Amino acid sequence: MKLELRDITKKFGGFTANQNVNLTVEPHQIHCLLGENGAGKSTLMNVLYGLYEPTSGSIEIDGKPVTFSGPGDAMAAGIGMVHQHFMLVPVFTVAENVALGNEATKGVGLDLNTTRRKIREISDQYGFQVDPDAIVEDLPVGVQQRVEIIKALVREAEVLILDEPTAVLTPKETDELLNIMRQLRDDGTSIVFISHKLREVKAVSDVITVIRRGKVEGQVGPGTSTDQLAALMVGRDVSLTVDKEPAHAIGSALEVEDLTVVGANGVVLVDNVSFSVAPGEILAVAGVQGNGQTELTEALVGLADHVTGSIKLEGQELAGRGVREVLSAGVGFVPEDRSTEGLVGPFSVSENLVLDRYKDREFASGPSLKLGAMRENAQQAVDSYDIRAGSVDAPVSTLSGGNQQKVVIARELSRPLKLFVASQPTRGVDVGSIEFIHKRIVAERDKGVPVIIVSTELDEVYALADRIAVFFHGKLMGIVPPDTPRETLGRMMAGETAEEVLPPAPGTTAKTITNTRGRTRHERHDHLSGIESGLSTLTGRTESG
Amino acid sequence: MSTTTSAPESSNAPQEELSTAAANRTVGVRTFRPAIGLAILALVALILFALNAASGSVEFRLSDSGDAIQLPNLSVPITAYGWVVTVALAALAAFAAVRARSLPRWALILAGFFFVTGFLVWIVGTAQTPSISVTALLAGSVALATPLIFGSLGGLLCERSGVVNIAIEAQLLFGAFSAAVASTVANNVWVGLLAAVIGSMMVSLVLAIFSIKYRVNQVIVGVVLNVLVSGLTGFIFATVLQPNAADFNSPARLPHITIPVLSEIPVIGPVFFDQSIIGYIMYVTVAVVWYALYRTRWGLRTRAVGEHPKAADTLGVSVNALRVRNVLMGGAVAGLGGAFYTLVSVSAFTRDMTSGAGYIALAALIFGRWNPVGALLASLLFGFASNLESILSFLGTSVPSQFLAMLPYIVTILAVAGLVGASRGPAASGEPYVKE
Amino acid sequence: MLAVLAALLLGGLLIAATDETVRESASYFFARPGDTLTAMWDAASSAYIAMFHGAVYNPDGSGLAGKLYPLTETLTVATPLILAGLGVALAFRTGLFNIGAQGQILIGATLAGYVGFAWQLPVGLHLLVVVVAGALGGAIWGGVVGLIKARTGAHEVILTIMLNYIAINLVSWLLTLSTFQREGSSNPISPPIAETAMFPKLLGDGFRLHWGFVVAIAATVAVAWLLNRSTIGFELRAVGANPRAARTAGISVTKGFVVVMLIAGMLAGLAGTAQIAGTEHSLTVGIAASFGFDAITVALLGRSKPWGTFFAGILYGAFRAGGVTMQTSTGTNIDIVLVVQSLIVLFVALPPLLKLKSRRKEVAA
Repeated sequence: MKLELRDITKKFGGFTANQNVNLTVEPHQIHCLLGENGAGKSTLMNVLYGLYEPTSGSIEIDGKPVTFSGPGDAMAAGIGMVHQHFMLVPVFTVAENVALGNEATKGVGLDLNTTRRKIREISDQYGFQVDPDAIVEDLPVGVQQRVEIIKALVREAEVLILDEPTAVLTPKETDELLNIMRQLRDDGTSIVFISHKLREVKAVSDVITVIRRGKVEGQVGPGTSTDQLAALMVGRDVSLTVDKEPAHAIGSALEVEDLTVVGANGVVLVDNVSFSVAPGEILAVAGVQGNGQTELTEALVGLADHVTGSIKLEGQELAGRGVREVLSAGVGFVPEDRSTEGLVGPFSVSENLVLDRYKDREFASGPSLKLGAMRENAQQAVDSYDIRAGSVDAPVSTLSGGNQQKVVIARELSRPLKLFVASQPTRGVDVGSIEFIHKRIVAERDKGVPVIIVSTELDEVYALADRIAVFFHGKLMGIVPPDTPRETLGRMMAGETAEEVLPPAPGTTAKTITNTRGRTRHERHDHLSGIESGLSTLTGRTESG
Repeated sequence: MSTTTSAPESSNAPQEELSTAAANRTVGVRTFRPAIGLAILALVALILFALNAASGSVEFRLSDSGDAIQLPNLSVPITAYGWVVTVALAALAAFAAVRARSLPRWALILAGFFFVTGFLVWIVGTAQTPSISVTALLAGSVALATPLIFGSLGGLLCERSGVVNIAIEAQLLFGAFSAAVASTVANNVWVGLLAAVIGSMMVSLVLAIFSIKYRVNQVIVGVVLNVLVSGLTGFIFATVLQPNAADFNSPARLPHITIPVLSEIPVIGPVFFDQSIIGYIMYVTVAVVWYALYRTRWGLRTRAVGEHPKAADTLGVSVNALRVRNVLMGGAVAGLGGAFYTLVSVSAFTRDMTSGAGYIALAALIFGRWNPVGALLASLLFGFASNLESILSFLGTSVPSQFLAMLPYIVTILAVAGLVGASRGPAASGEPYVKE
Repeated sequence: MLAVLAALLLGGLLIAATDETVRESASYFFARPGDTLTAMWDAASSAYIAMFHGAVYNPDGSGLAGKLYPLTETLTVATPLILAGLGVALAFRTGLFNIGAQGQILIGATLAGYVGFAWQLPVGLHLLVVVVAGALGGAIWGGVVGLIKARTGAHEVILTIMLNYIAINLVSWLLTLSTFQREGSSNPISPPIAETAMFPKLLGDGFRLHWGFVVAIAATVAVAWLLNRSTIGFELRAVGANPRAARTAGISVTKGFVVVMLIAGMLAGLAGTAQIAGTEHSLTVGIAASFGFDAITVALLGRSKPWGTFFAGILYGAFRAGGVTMQTSTGTNIDIVLVVQSLIVLFVALPPLLKLKSRRKEVAA
């Protein structure tokens, strides 16, 4: 089946997510859609899958134009999709999830046995090892993703769209997925692989279409160099450079010992973690999404329940205290998701700028708010952080993502801090704002504040870190220096400890990194060579395996 | 490095909950809520049933004088049974405390059995004549529970597909009203039954239009509908029905069917096989709803839409169409419950005659954990409580009837507070589904 | 406004449809359709005119005072509606559905009533204690909801509905006790409260309007301040708009639930106080009438804003006061008021109507 998108344009109000996109997916191909977060890849695929209606343009299958009014039509036409956020009913069994929308029936009753049989067939064919009667919410992410693939295969999809499928996978699971993709292609399924990760794209694609700001930037083969791909993806030579003086870190301000966080369902989210951060030092926490980093930051600021262990900030115990106490002890916190945790959407910019400070003497006298002082404070923040807002009284939800994030950063950095914790500080933020935010974070470090940054983007980790801590399944795999190669970090992110990965260097062990290195200056090209080296080992491994 | 401006996909919340499942080390989660709940029950049992029990024993009459088969009366010593119940509940509480997890079903049923029977023995013991006909007690309970069962099943059909239905009261009331008027005007009881179904579906239609199409908050629409229907039926009742009762408000009665032989079985016979036709429809409805919900394509889709509408949508299930259909069906079922009032139990419509039954049906739905059989049992329990209340007022007990009347509400609060096991509703209930 | 008109129109049709004369003339509708239409117009307009006379201005009243007497009646009825409506609105703003104003009013009135008839206190102090008791009663009944929700996560809609019924049963049981009954009577009605416990009349003895209305105005001002200019209100609004962000910023969501339900209950309790100390003077099970449920529609119509709720309360007060006159003078049953009220709320929420409105604005601009 040959699938063509012609001149697809999709607008959301004034925002154009896709503009005149042309794309042809040939049979027996893994066609990669490469682009950064927010480039418009997912929007395009949702158009293709019938979830969004295109503003203009057409879809053709084998040369015939088709219109999809819903996913049902797309599926009937042979298109299947594995969404970035899985579309599985958590309380259903695998069989129920697979049957949904495509139910076999016996008389009036449901015939789940047929579905179970099909699941076993597919599972055996591709070595999925999926039990049809397992409850989905009990399954690991990797297996849930296979259930999604089974869902598409049971419906005899000829084109399978995978939307950022590796975002939640460990490197090992990622390799397994890439193999599955190759196998599917060889069996005749065309695959549209959406990703922003260069090494994966190069490893598996037959054709690569690069998308930037909603437009097709070019179509290239998998042999294209990483440099070129990156240039196409980013558009201009953005140097994600952060000029940093060497850290003047002496001693330790934050001491975390035996920290353990248990989730409501008994899963140990942070598993007996100990580390320390010195004043004037940035500790970057790396790891695949969902390996306990989020819970670590939540535990640090008092948001997590069921926390054991000790968190000492300048000798003061923070564990077991409420969020307000922790914040007023001088901890600044940028939560992972600004729209759900960092900001109150309908509140004005000026209200959001005092969201955790409205009781300070500066903004309240007794039970009464000082609205004037709040507005003045907002005006100042807007000026010094270059927040683009119509007015300080405008609801914060009307601001762009980058400006919203600046509101959060401005709020947290506008008071004297003893510790700064930021989770994904630049997720979904434009390039200009990223540079600005990174500079502010480094400036805070240079004031002598210990800083913890959690990021799943290795580039950000490299740009900011004085030391890098790697998390896997809630455990700390080790703390390594900022010049540790990408491949090494990747292995740690897959569950190898620092001792296993790092060659024992004379005088330095993994956990006692001193901060005496010279000026660190990270250029994008350093990273790309890092990617290349990681990539060659990766492809080597997968091909031999 | 991830860059560029914020497009829709960048604002998606990360799914950290999903991604950590099962991969990490796990430890047991301890909860003492069931233990606390049972300990409270045991304490109540100790104070009331054991320490404040009347002397003597309670007679449970298993057959009445006219019955074909005569069974001896069951005589239970009051104080002794109070102690039995106290010890049993205390043992279950201890079991729950040691387990520190939610209880298995048998333990909950056992606890419920002991507490209800202990309560029954104690309260009948306080009556001047501590003797009660089991048949009358149960048959009356079933009758009083009938509209509750229909109401909670109607609510269940809505809620399992993700629409909160506070308007059960309005559906019952309008069903009762429509049945009374239509059956009188057409002089045909079956027309009345049909009208009850249609009338109640009209209430559903308003609920569906406002909450699904226009996404007005479902709780608000429900509450307003209750006021609207109460006012509307009250107004028409006062201006039309009351002055012209013969023309508009003298409904015929539905036939009463006594199944031969089966109805002769002591206790069970009169309770289950000697009812109005609506009573039989009720059992069929419970069975059909249960089967349909768990064993058919419709049921799978309904449950999916109630839990994760977007997932269902991506698989080609039309979420809002299904919800509208289910809300309408829910109305039809609740309408049968409404018909019970004017075509079976009372002979004419009166103002606000359902007097809050819709809210009790809602409580039964929650107490029954959104399960048809659970809703049936919870409704029967609530019917039992209100029947006991009226029987005891004949027997003359020292316990104020108001406290018995409060019982369903208190039990429901304990249920939603998680003291009698976790009560987890459909995840997407109350959330309107917006297709981007 | 459009919603109000549409609701009144539908209500009028209903009045007309159920009118005897209309139905008689409808039997020969095709012969003389004019008769039917005239009869319909007569039925509906006379009902609404009576309502207006009962709610705002009575041309047959003696002197200006007599002519404006209906207006004071409207304000009297509006008093508990405003107070309870504010409670519901405040909870809405915190993201909670307080369906329990009915129970809160009842318990507030009970406690206020008990203090009113059972205690003997000096003038001034007695009323003060009565008001405090009423507020306390409501606050307890509301606070329980906040507490259970905060502790266990139980849904407040279910809790408040259940507590309404528990309150009714509790009060009807209390009224069987000799402490709560009049001497020598076993009727479920309490002794009248002492003179010292009553709200003084605002405009002299000729009018029922009492100082409770001033309390309602004060409460509106207080709630407006609380919501928009106080730190507590800041917390409550944050909890209502985005509880996760509130929690991340160190605001205790569970504490917010308890606080708002205490205040909401207190306001409803004041509504109960206004009933017993202002108009009824004796406790009965029916003392809350349907104010608790009307309060929900009042808060909705007022868009959960303090002054919006205030004026919505006065509008519904007018319907209610006018409804009484309408029922006595034209025989139109007062239940029509419930119909019109609920229709207004539905229409206010109806998007097509909103669209119509914005289109009109565009045309005007």
